[in-house]
Amino acid sequence: MSDISQQKRPFWTIARKDAAAGYLFIAPQLIGIITFVLIPLGLVFYYSLHEWNVLANTFTFVGDANYQMLLRDPNLPPVLLASAIFSAGLVVVNMSLALLLAVLLDQKLKGIVVFRTLFFSPVVVSLVAWTIVWSFLLQANGGINGILQVFGIEGPNWLRTPTTAMISVVVVQVFKNVGLNMILFLAALQGVPKELYEAARVDGASRFKQFRRITLPMISPTILLTSIITIVGSLQVFAQIAILTKGGPGVSTTVLVYYLYQQAFQFNFFGYGSTLSILLFVIVAVLTFIQWQMRKRIVFYEN
Amino acid sequence: MSRLSALKATAATAGILLPLAWGGVSWAQDAVNLRMTIWSANEAHLALFNEIADGFKQTHPNVTVTFEPLPYDNYVTTLTTQIAGGNPPDLAWIFETSAADFVNSGALAPLTDAFTNTEGYDLADVTDAASALWTKDGTLYAYPFSTSPFAVFVNNDLVSEAGAKTPAEMIEAGEWTWDNALATAKAVADNGKEGLVIRDFNFQTWQNLTAFWRGWGANAWSEDGKTCTFTAQPMVDAMTRLHRAIFVDGALPGPGENVDFFAGDAAMTITQISRASLLPKEDPFDWDLVPLPEGPAGKYSVIGQAAIGAFANRPNTDVAVEFLGYMTNPENSQKLAQFFPPARASLLNAETLSTTNPLLTPEQIEAVVVNGITNGQVISGHTNFAQIQQTVRASLDALWVPDADVTAVLQSVCDSVGPLLAR
Repeated sequence: MSDISQQKRPFWTIARKDAAAGYLFIAPQLIGIITFVLIPLGLVFYYSLHEWNVLANTFTFVGDANYQMLLRDPNLPPVLLASAIFSAGLVVVNMSLALLLAVLLDQKLKGIVVFRTLFFSPVVVSLVAWTIVWSFLLQANGGINGILQVFGIEGPNWLRTPTTAMISVVVVQVFKNVGLNMILFLAALQGVPKELYEAARVDGASRFKQFRRITLPMISPTILLTSIITIVGSLQVFAQIAILTKGGPGVSTTVLVYYLYQQAFQFNFFGYGSTLSILLFVIVAVLTFIQWQMRKRIVFYEN
Repeated sequence: MSRLSALKATAATAGILLPLAWGGVSWAQDAVNLRMTIWSANEAHLALFNEIADGFKQTHPNVTVTFEPLPYDNYVTTLTTQIAGGNPPDLAWIFETSAADFVNSGALAPLTDAFTNTEGYDLADVTDAASALWTKDGTLYAYPFSTSPFAVFVNNDLVSEAGAKTPAEMIEAGEWTWDNALATAKAVADNGKEGLVIRDFNFQTWQNLTAFWRGWGANAWSEDGKTCTFTAQPMVDAMTRLHRAIFVDGALPGPGENVDFFAGDAAMTITQISRASLLPKEDPFDWDLVPLPEGPAGKYSVIGQAAIGAFANRPNTDVAVEFLGYMTNPENSQKLAQFFPPARASLLNAETLSTTNPLLTPEQIEAVVVNGITNGQVISGHTNFAQIQQTVRASLDALWVPDADVTAVLQSVCDSVGPLLAR
């Protein structure tokens, strides 16, 4: 049987070796994505077609019943509204504050590094510790109202009235993460070629016009990036709500992720909770797609 | 190595390893680790539980019991998440409010037969009133190890400083009513400290208000659990009074204020006697324990219950049930009685309880514990309690502002929770 024509080419060709090496290099990341993203995503969809009673240990197929419930759930419109208000508030306040800070800190002054570090430091603080400290400050008899009292102002009960509760969770989140966007903006600002400003000055453009016509277009890719990160991040807010307001007062700060947590983990409706996370997934995907499309119209690329 | 010698080596290795593996398996079967979730992280409570577990180890050297304290706020959520994640504990401490969910679901192992067959257990000694909530079709599914009346702890020092009569003096004079209690609380609050704290309520856990509104004869829902009764007149009266006490008189700390009675910051607190272990040991204040004041509907008492169940269909369910039988036998029930008032009729008398409960006087035990358990009614629970709790909480939030319209808010509570109750 030792016919020479039977002898195959060696299995490990150069192309195959290269491919295998490539797969080996991406394996750690790929295994992570498959284990912690793709498989759970598939399972969540699978669970959303079932009614899972944890205590009775029953798991029954219910078809689209959970999706029907999604359409009829009277709590969903206020929850989506709260999510929208939170995200809009967060994106607007966070982005403008980050840009303002970045512009202010983009100067060659003595000790400017200290300020940059100061504004960035909350980013590296533990989220839960940060929020718990704020929960003490925001109490009716807490630190913020204590300071207001010095000026003769009677502060509101921040976390117990709907409007101020929403403002509070937005501000706590902004102060926590504004440093990250600030650093990204700062890097972008420092990447803008100085000769553009020089040319504009020669042409007699005002400081505002320079900002409007040079700075903004030049850093627009960063604005797009940070806005996507901030919006997606804002839809995932959980710890702040759980610690500061527990979704209250009423349902005024019950954002989608917190509602999902309530349904799945507090009320044990894991099927419906999974359906809500599919909804969240769709919303995030659509928003990211829209923003990605908008880049063609808004973002300015040099090349 | 030739093929034959490789085969021989494999066989030899297997011959050595297999018995070892077998031994390992049987060893693993012998050692039993039981885990019980509890909501108290109190050291005195834990020490007692560990003492009981050590006692069980004397007759069952292979069994180790660990107690896992979970935070009170998220206790049930954490527990059900463990179950959903395929990692349930073997035993769990369960609140009265979730009793219906756990007992009806089939999650718990039946106990009656095992306890009846345990020598010296005397299941008949456990009162029917105490076990009613935990029994389905005549079978007990969780042991009500704590049947604890709500009572009022008093800081007599603060009351006297404010120039008010102490609750003990008011009881003596037959004046221990809610109106007088709230007036005392207001006097202390006006004097710079806080008045009355309804412990663990925090303007979220509204079921703890039961200890207040039952004084008006109010209830959250009807006996059969089908109808919302937040709009009934007794509830409207009770909530109107409570709202005034908080927002007009300042007799109770308002929402978002953290006040701890046991740190000496308030004149009175409503809680259960198991909290006596929190009383300060160094530099203590002059404290007292008295029954709930009389309400417009007369004398009343309210009981919080906690039970321990063993999860069914677990590898060690049998051992867990056996341990539960040991933990709650007459001898250990007497030990537990120092924090958790017992469900056993034979232990429910002032003499027995005062020997186990050095902190309380026989008079306090008679007035608060024995009378409370004999006449008290348990806080109402419901199936799907967590969802009902959140729904009521969300609607009730509108009440905790100074200019709230009490009747309208209570109507909105029934509007939102009504469909869930009727289900």
